[in-house]
This record gives sequence, structure tokens and C-alpha cells, in this order.
Amino acid sequence: MNPAIKNPLLFALVGCLILGTGLIQGWNTALLILNMGLISAIMALGVNLQWGFAGLFNIGVMGFVALGGLATVLISMPPVGEAWAAGGLQVILGLIAGAATIAAAIFAQRRFLGRSRTFITLGVLIVGFFTFRAVFDPGVAAVEAVNPAATGYLGGLGLPVLLAWPVGGLLAAGAAWIIGKTALGLRSDYLAIATLGIAEIIIAIMKNEDWLGRGVKNVIGLPRPVPFEVDLQSDPVFVERAVSLGLDPVTASTLYTKLAYGVLFAIVLIILLWLAQRALNSPWGRMMRAIRDNEVAAEAMGKDVTARHLQIFILGSAICGIAGAMMTTLDGQLTPGTYQPLRFTFLVWVMVIVGGSGNNFGAVLGGMLIWWLWVMVEPLGLGLMNFIASGLPDGSNLKDTLIDGAAHMRLLTMGLILLLVLRFSPRGLIPER
Amino acid sequence: MDFLNALVAFANFVFVPGLAYGAQLAIGALGVTMIYGILRFSNFAHGDTMAFGTAMTIIATNMLLAVGITFGPLPTALLALPVGIGMTILLVLAIDWLIYKFYRDQKAKPVILVIVSMGVMFVMNGVVRFIIGVDDIRFADGERFIITAREFRDMTGLREGLAIKTTQAITVVVAVIAVALLFWFLNKTRTGKSMRAFSDNEDLALLSGINPDWVVKVTWMIVAALATTAGVLYGLDKSFKAFTYFQLLLPIFAAAIVGGLGNPLGAIAGGFVIAFSEVTITYAWKKVLVYLMPESLEPDGLVQLLSTDYKFAVSFAILIIVLLFKPTGLFKGQSV
Repeated sequence: MNPAIKNPLLFALVGCLILGTGLIQGWNTALLILNMGLISAIMALGVNLQWGFAGLFNIGVMGFVALGGLATVLISMPPVGEAWAAGGLQVILGLIAGAATIAAAIFAQRRFLGRSRTFITLGVLIVGFFTFRAVFDPGVAAVEAVNPAATGYLGGLGLPVLLAWPVGGLLAAGAAWIIGKTALGLRSDYLAIATLGIAEIIIAIMKNEDWLGRGVKNVIGLPRPVPFEVDLQSDPVFVERAVSLGLDPVTASTLYTKLAYGVLFAIVLIILLWLAQRALNSPWGRMMRAIRDNEVAAEAMGKDVTARHLQIFILGSAICGIAGAMMTTLDGQLTPGTYQPLRFTFLVWVMVIVGGSGNNFGAVLGGMLIWWLWVMVEPLGLGLMNFIASGLPDGSNLKDTLIDGAAHMRLLTMGLILLLVLRFSPRGLIPER
Repeated sequence: MDFLNALVAFANFVFVPGLAYGAQLAIGALGVTMIYGILRFSNFAHGDTMAFGTAMTIIATNMLLAVGITFGPLPTALLALPVGIGMTILLVLAIDWLIYKFYRDQKAKPVILVIVSMGVMFVMNGVVRFIIGVDDIRFADGERFIITAREFRDMTGLREGLAIKTTQAITVVVAVIAVALLFWFLNKTRTGKSMRAFSDNEDLALLSGINPDWVVKVTWMIVAALATTAGVLYGLDKSFKAFTYFQLLLPIFAAAIVGGLGNPLGAIAGGFVIAFSEVTITYAWKKVLVYLMPESLEPDGLVQLLSTDYKFAVSFAILIIVLLFKPTGLFKGQSV
């Protein structure tokens, strides 16, 4: 089929799926799916930039998404003055000592040669580590002792939450720079394991460093860029308008806030999509694809492959960070315990592969479609299982197993879809041109 | 200064757990490294293969227990292990025939196979959860300890006790047997030799009449056996949970890469390197140092280099350090 007809049809299909969900399950559910679908599409754009444009195998998406979430807390929460007074300065000093140690070790690596290099580097690292712990630990203890039930962390900067989105991107970009500097020289398999490992480390840090983002105690009640439902319900103008539209004010307020989020997310998505399209069709984009298709030839043409890889790795990770910040804003809380690689790394990969790697519209389509499936597989699976098991007597073992099993249908379905697409349509739904 | 007590404390909290964990990682890493050496891709589904094999073994164990068969003081799961291995072999052979073979015939790039293995990982993860659920399952029965800390203290009169769990001893014994069998197979039998030849130089191996299909099949069988064994040993020692097994992927890959991907000896060395660094760096050394230092110098804190939650960070840091200085691993591995 002509792509000019097929692609809009595919997007229309996703639209119909979401509209259908709205008609059957209610508009709140549909809007929830739409909002997370938009965020997923942004994540897919980021991964597509790395994998589709440049062939970089990054499976640490979860880490960058989580960093974006952390940025939301660091930007939007009010600072905890007491904690800063108790040990804020010391924590910062400790971090500076840690960074200085690493810088000194790298300097020693470059400056000295032979055996003395090993000893000096090791010496710097050992002395630096204990200095870092000696300064850092008491500071952390002091910060975490400040009202641990409610705060126990340094808090954020108290700035508008929308500012957290670009900052989330910056934070992820910074992490990507460090990771890229060390790991991008490695072969694809090693890069994959390295990114997988770093994502786990980022989550481990977020779970355990209570002074930073309260760890597993979670930060709740993040500021929102849209009005609260309760405020809307007590606003006579809004209530009047809702009634004139024939809606009950409570439903109207929930729909209104979700729509507002949706509009914000759509704006971000459109900007990023436009930028990604511009990048894809620019000389820079062509160079990236040339590097992807043949690194040696590109190098022979004078392209600095490692530097370009670093560049696109940072850009793609930054997009994932923005999406992560948006997601945490939508949730209104930061819960490091909920970040799981299957959901935040591998699912995004399914989105990119199914949508069509190398094509930005494909990534967006994949993001929306796979997210819809991810949410809907469970109810659909339960219905299917109930249908299959309907002939069996109540309380039979097999029936219970089947119906309990519906909860695990998600992963199975995602895997099957990925395998089927890879087998029968390896270029995805909207292939690269 | 009390050297003996320090030594016992060290053995009890660092050496014995590290040895058992290292053996589990080593067997897991052997599976990863074999796939990499022969089929030439990083198999992301390995953790879930381990989980599947363990789930099958648990089911077989429960059946044995239901008809009243136990293995005396040893865990019944060891009796059920062959069943688990058999089921896993069937599964991986079916997966290879259904999925991987297509890409092999196409001579797809390794990275495509890695993505395919990601799909297999999802499916197997779902299947395992479907079969056995997401809960923590303990399936070790029989004697819990070979020697408990109290018995050891009574026996030797030392202040520190040394406890050796049955599962730890079994892990080491089974690991030694498995590794010995594997190396005997690779070095002495005809099929094993052809596998090594295939791993070294595929074209030359094909030229000398080695049947690639057979080599691939045998590889999958061995990998399934290793994965199930590693999974069952880990599960006996700690407990079984589908998600934990998925997370084992990271230290296992770190072990295989540190040792040199494609090199079986390297995988074993890598397993122990990763396990001992994880345990030593996250262990609170105060308990050992108390005996070694004069009272005035006794440490105040726990002398723990990093909190235990950072054990992933440790395996990862070791991985990066080795890769930066010895890009093909400690033992010379392959590179694509």
C-alpha cells in the first residue's frame, strides 16, 4: 500500500482504539492511556534516535527515565531549610570531594606511565574514597535525621514544575555523557550490558540515597502544572460551564485536568518530533545513517565516529530524561521502587521495533499502539481466559490457573508481538524510507 | 590480636557465601559464554531460561514430595533436577527451531539476534510467571546445615562460629561435577571437539565436514542443562523468584565478559571474581577487624565500603575496569 495512505490509516487506527476505549471503558481511562501513550512515544523517539539513526544499542532507558523523574523532585519541591542547615553543605562538600577524586585519578592515568601510574591512581582512589566517606557520611546522617517521616532529604529548589522537564533532559544528558565517555568505545554487546548495568545503578542510588530523593520512602505531592480537581470543583465559573455542557462537575474536573496534561504532552511531542524530523533529513542525519550502515567507510570519509556516537547518545538519553520528568509530573510522585527494566527499557524497545526503527513517525506510532496494548492486554486477556474456561466447572484447578494467568499475559503478548514483527515485518509498521 | 577468630569470621561471612555465589554465577556464565562462542550472540533470555528450568524442577520436586519420595538429608530438588533439565532442553530446542534458526539461516547480524532474544526473554518471563506465579518460593528441604555456628563453637571453643549450609556445600560439589563433565566433553569427545572448532573458526569447521545443526543442538542442550543447574542451585541457596532470576542477568553477563566472552575457563574465573568482589566490598568488615586490631584502634563504624544495595554497582565497576584495561577479558575471549 502507498505509505501516504497507509501511515495516516495506522495513526487513525490507534486513534480509534483510544476512542473505542473511551466509549466502552470511560473517557478517564482513555485519557490516561492517551497521556501515557504520548510519554511513551517520546521515550520511543529517544531510543529511535539512538538505535534507528545511529545503531547504538542502549538498554539503559530506565535509568535516564528515572533521572528525569528525580529532576522533577529536585526542581519543584520546596527546599527543606532545616536539612540544609543540618548537613546540606557537608553533603555537597562530600560530593565535590568524590568528583575531585575521580578527576584526580583520571589525571593520574593520563599524566604518569608504567608501574607508577597504577600505584598513584590506586593511591588517589583509596585516599579519595575514605575522604569522601568521612565528609559525606556525617552530612547524610544529619540530613536524614531531620524529620525523617515527612522530609529527611534536602528538598528541591521550589521552582515551577514545568522547568523540571528540560532539566530532566539535562540531567539525563549529563549522565549519558559520563556513560558514553567510558562505554561508547566498547563493542555493541558490551555497550548493551554496560547501559543495562548503569540503569540498575541509577535506580539503586535513587532507592538508597534518602538525602537526595527520600529513597523508597517516595516523594509525594509534587506540584502540578495544571489545576487540582478540587479547586476546579469549587470554582463557580467552572461548575457552571460543566453543567451547561451537561457534565457532572466532578467528572468534568478530572477530564479537564487530564486533557490539560494531554495538551502539554502533545506540545512537547510535536516539538521533539519536528526537531527529530529536521535532524533526520539534515546532512547531520544522513551522516548518522552513513555511520550506522558502515562505520569504517564513514571513518574513511573523515567522520569522527566516536564523537558522533557520543553526541547522539546524549541527545537520545536527554529525550528519555524529558519523558521521565513528564511521567513523574503526571504521577505527582516519585517512587523509585516502581522502575523496572521490563517496563521502562525493554517495552520501549518493543515500541521502537514494532513502530519501525529509523522512522520517527514509526516510533511515535509504536509508542502509542504498544502502550494501548500494554494497558488493554490484561482486561482483554481476562475476558479471553474467562471465555476459554467458561466450560469448566467453578473452582476447578485449571480454571483458577487460567484466570490467574491472565495477569501475566502482558509480558507474553509483548514478547510475541516483538518476535512476530521481527520475523514477518522486520522493518516495523512504518519502515524507514 | 586473635587471628583464628578473625579467620573463622572471614570464612563464615565472606569466603563460604562468596564461594557458593561464585559457583552459581560461574555455571550461569558458562551458559552465556557457550551461546556466545557457538551461536555468536548475547542471549538476554538466559536469566529466564534459568527461571524456567528452576520452575520445572520445583514442580517436579513437589510431585516427588507428593508421592512421598525424598532424598534423605539432601534436598529433593536434586532428584528432580534431571526432569527440569529435560523440560528446559525441550523448550530451548523448540525455541531455536521456531525462532533462532530463521535468523541463523539468514545470517542475520548478531545485534538482531540479541533483539530476538529480548523477545524470547519477554515470552519466557511471561510463561514462567504463568506457570509458577511471582511469589518467593523456598524449595530446599532436608538438613539445613552441615555444621551450625553453635556446633562449630562448641567443637573448637572459638568465639566465632562457622556455619556451612547444606545448599552451599551442594552448590560447590555440583558445580565441580558440572564443570568437570563439561570440560571432559569439550576436550575429549568428538562432538565437543567439533564444537570448539566451530567456535574458533566457523568456515574452517564447515569445510572439514562438521554438521552445524548438530553442533547448535548440542550447544543448546548443554546450555539448558547448565542454566537449570545454576538456577536450581541459586534457588536452593536463596529462594526462587522470577524477577530475581531476570536480574541475575547482570552479574552473569559481567562474569562472562570479565572472563572473556566465549571462553569457558574465563566464565568460571569471572564468576568467582564478580562474586568475591561483591561480597568483600559490601561486607561490614568490623567483625573481622575487631579481632585483628588492638583494642584502642578498633573501628567505630561498620567498615563497610559500600552498602549491600550497591552490589550491582560492584559487578558493573569490575566489568568496566576489566574492559578498559583488557578489552577481551581476563582470559582471551572472542570479539565480533
